[in-house]
Amino acid sequence: MAPCSLAPGISLQYGAEDERNILEVSKLGCVRGDRRLFSGLDLSLPPGTFVQLTGPNGSGKTSLLRILCGLLAPAEGQVSWQGANIRSLAEDYFTAVTYLGHRPGVKDELSALENLRISNALNGVEVSQDDALAALGRMGLAGRESLPARFLSEGQRRRVALARLLVCKTRLWLLDEVMTSLDKGAVALVRSLIEEHLNRGGIAIVATHQELELSAGVTKRLELTT
Amino acid sequence: MLRWIVWRDLMLAWRRRSDMLSTVFFFVIVVSLFPLGIGPETQLLRSIAPGVVWVAALLASMLSLGRLFANDYQDGTLEQLLLTPQPLYLVVFGKVLAHWIIAELPLVLIAPLVGVQFDLGRETLSVLFVSLLVGTPVLSLIGSVGAALTLGLRGGGVLISILILPLYIPALIFGAGAVEASILGVSSAPHLYLLGAFAIVSLLFAPWAASAALRISLE
Repeated sequence: MAPCSLAPGISLQYGAEDERNILEVSKLGCVRGDRRLFSGLDLSLPPGTFVQLTGPNGSGKTSLLRILCGLLAPAEGQVSWQGANIRSLAEDYFTAVTYLGHRPGVKDELSALENLRISNALNGVEVSQDDALAALGRMGLAGRESLPARFLSEGQRRRVALARLLVCKTRLWLLDEVMTSLDKGAVALVRSLIEEHLNRGGIAIVATHQELELSAGVTKRLELTT
Repeated sequence: MLRWIVWRDLMLAWRRRSDMLSTVFFFVIVVSLFPLGIGPETQLLRSIAPGVVWVAALLASMLSLGRLFANDYQDGTLEQLLLTPQPLYLVVFGKVLAHWIIAELPLVLIAPLVGVQFDLGRETLSVLFVSLLVGTPVLSLIGSVGAALTLGLRGGGVLISILILPLYIPALIFGAGAVEASILGVSSAPHLYLLGAFAIVSLLFAPWAASAALRISLE
């Protein structure tokens, strides 16, 4: 697969020691069942990098993101965060990562507001009612905050999940096909969220089939092949 | 963090009260069928009471165990729980604690009431209550391992019974044994102590084993 080169230096809010690659992937390989999805994948990502992950269905985009967030153990190679293997960082690594997968992770029985506040509280970030309402408002859910999520449409549920990005303070975002069932306005919103994140010195890795033209940070493209 | 997990699960259970009530009704009906089927033979009823109530409690907990992780697994919140910055052991422990409060505690509370149908004395009923109070955490704890192992499998409900019911046997023997001892008029303390020891051992190992099983199920 395409090994990514070092991106040129960009202006940062974080200190100098943060300028090196904070996420490094070396010789990563993934095997699902008896099929090898990819092998020898190398990536070095400095702060402020956006990676657009593309590839045909079944090429291992989701598997790669799940390896990067630590849900899946790689068949070979390793992922390092700030110089330490994420396997040895264990739970400490999760304070730096937000992963949004195919399934939105929104409870039908809870309202949008409760979903947002509880998922953040479980991540160790207690969000005040006002902040949560503001985040949901920005995601276009004003007036529907206290409706149980089962009454929301698929796209609105997706927006509830994305509202987490507004209140979490993580540096690495791993977004897996989060643009499905979103309308144009919401896609533009996601783009601006990622731009703000990159300007703060964050990293975003997004698996998507839609082209995202960002005006901030450094964009890399990683294409997986079958 | 633990309280958030427990609170979340309790709130979810409250919003889906019917699930919780069905477990309790199942327990009450199964226990009540025996006196109705056997008739007013108080001697026989008294001697089968400990086994019947305990077996009904085991079966009732089977009903609710399937939901312990499955609902969270389906909507993707289980993945998010695995990615929270705290030991998975604690997350599982919180969920098991909530499961015990939702699914087992109502059985413990109602057992002395349904036990009256078996012509048990007041002292025996209180031993029944204590034995269930000490023993039902074992059911939730060991059951969580089975629920984690069978996550996402088709026909997981049957599989979980086959996996877990044999592991419940010590709890059944000592739990029912305590009540039986009380009926015979001897001390039920040894049975309760052993049941308590079994509960402590499962408290140490079950959340750990269930976390490992969850990681495997979600890979």
